[in-house]
Amino acid sequence: MLERHSFVINWLANPNRFSKLTNKLQIPLLSISTIMILLGLYYGLFDSPKDYQQGDAVRIMYVHVPSAWLASFLFLSLAISCVFYLVWKHPLADLISNSIAPIGAVFSILTLVTGSLWGKPMWGTWWVWDARLTSMLILFFFYLGYILLSNAFERKIDGSKSASVLAIVGIINLPIIKFSVDWWHTLHQPSSILRMDGPSIDKEMLLPLTLMMVGFSLFSLFLIIINVKTKLLEKKCEALILKLNLKEFS
Amino acid sequence: MNPKYRRLFIITLIICTLGIATQLILMAIRDNIVYFYTPNELINKYGINKNIKNKIRVGGLVLEDSVVKNKNFVNFTITDKKDEIRVTFDGQLPDLFREGQGIVAEGFFQNNKLVASQVLAKHDENYMPPEVADALKKNGAWKGDK
Repeated sequence: MLERHSFVINWLANPNRFSKLTNKLQIPLLSISTIMILLGLYYGLFDSPKDYQQGDAVRIMYVHVPSAWLASFLFLSLAISCVFYLVWKHPLADLISNSIAPIGAVFSILTLVTGSLWGKPMWGTWWVWDARLTSMLILFFFYLGYILLSNAFERKIDGSKSASVLAIVGIINLPIIKFSVDWWHTLHQPSSILRMDGPSIDKEMLLPLTLMMVGFSLFSLFLIIINVKTKLLEKKCEALILKLNLKEFS
Repeated sequence: MNPKYRRLFIITLIICTLGIATQLILMAIRDNIVYFYTPNELINKYGINKNIKNKIRVGGLVLEDSVVKNKNFVNFTITDKKDEIRVTFDGQLPDLFREGQGIVAEGFFQNNKLVASQVLAKHDENYMPPEVADALKKNGAWKGDK
């Protein structure tokens, strides 16, 4: 059973196959995500209604919510990729984790900043130490920790291994972020979209939000692919330089 | 055992152990994680005299017709529809503050009254255009605070 799974993973982990597959995806991903983000921004900023309480400040949500969702989802992907690296020792899995980390870190800082900008006029404060805000900040620190740790060792492999362990430990934080608003009293409002009785958000607002969510997701996939390919090329260059040096030497 | 199997097993074990440990820790420090108490929880915990020395945060709805604005300070009552806490505050109220709105007040108890140093508005999870809110109020389907 596990052997068959290993076979599928081995098939995907071949860098050449990865490049071939992603070459076809690159352009469609970029164009579709750009169109969706532009449309989402247009609807979100100009052609969607104000909120009955928040007024125009509700428009911050169209950046805040997709960023928050991606920050969490990308961390999950990063951690899964780290499991593949630790168990199957595929170098490509490590490259993928390394490529996801900075993008996820940017999305988590974007979540914190936009949330803060919304919090000041709505709550009356930039920041509070409630469970949702704090766990989101911890997620940001996990991203930073991953990036720092994976580059902290002289041998890259040591860094990759320890950073992967850190990322796997960080999985624990994800359900805490998601359910913090249900488990404890927080200043942050509970979920409006993923809830038992359906979204508590108006359809006209859900449209730009969905556009931005899908657009952001596809765009980050595009960025990750570019990132992985760059790292693959770097590795190839290193190998070539090594070969040349050896030739000159002999 | 196959080394891949073994590593996968160890990782699963680590995640499960950490998950349980975190859950126990979170349960133990629950009182430090909750951002505020509702009036009912506060009275259950500290008794009706609210003999609390520390700074504390109370959250709930602003009771209808309880807001009295004076020159320098404002008095109002926070309710969770079970119990009520009287609050006095002399600072800047958030824009969303009004009767029926969810708020969180932070301060010290003096003579059974919360002397707040900060009042924050708590927004709920309902997002809708003003026209929809008006229509809902008109036909009686309004489920919100007001």
